[in-house]
Amino acid sequence: MVRAVDRDGVRRLMEQGAQIIDVLPAREYSEDHLPGAVNLPLRKIEADACRELDSGRPIVVYCADFA
Amino acid sequence: MTEVYDYRAGIQDWMGAGLPTEGSNAQRPRLVDVVRTDVPTCALDERLGDVRDRVVAAGWDACVVVSPDRVVLGLLRARELDADPDLPAERAMRPGPSTYRPFVSVAQMRDIMADRHLDSSPVTTSDGKLVGLVRKQDVGLDGP
Repeated sequence: MVRAVDRDGVRRLMEQGAQIIDVLPAREYSEDHLPGAVNLPLRKIEADACRELDSGRPIVVYCADFA
Repeated sequence: MTEVYDYRAGIQDWMGAGLPTEGSNAQRPRLVDVVRTDVPTCALDERLGDVRDRVVAAGWDACVVVSPDRVVLGLLRARELDADPDLPAERAMRPGPSTYRPFVSVAQMRDIMADRHLDSSPVTTSDGKLVGLVRKQDVGLDGP
């Protein structure tokens, strides 16, 4: 189940070692991303997620905004 | 089972709060690097004369009108501060000024302020809370 999290929640999860996933296109990721974020663009996420992510740590996913 | 969280507000919200990012843009100066966070503030119901005295004593010529939780409601520039001193700030302020987020680049803000002939503009988080005031001299334009 995916749970919503706000900015303060993201900061707490970062401190706890969560994996931060940026699903924006690579060009946008290269310009700006959250500290420590890994880029897994949406179109590649299903193929790459299992290989690149640690299932033992929380995962936070974000894009530009909800609009 | 892996815990998965969705940060729906996304990177716009993160940058809007002035939090650090990584990437090629992170090296370019942004408003968060130059904004004056010591700008005076006042409440809607404060007497304008009292506000003006406080603003001048602090060496400023502008004041941001904010709600109790620091949401920007209006701006008092020199012209508004010189209005009838018995007015409440609410009656004298310029309501709903355009605000800019902390992640806007200094170069972009320089163009905006020059194009719109702005002397100063509030910088806020994405939920409207005051970060500070940016003046044209803060972005490399000639000051007053």
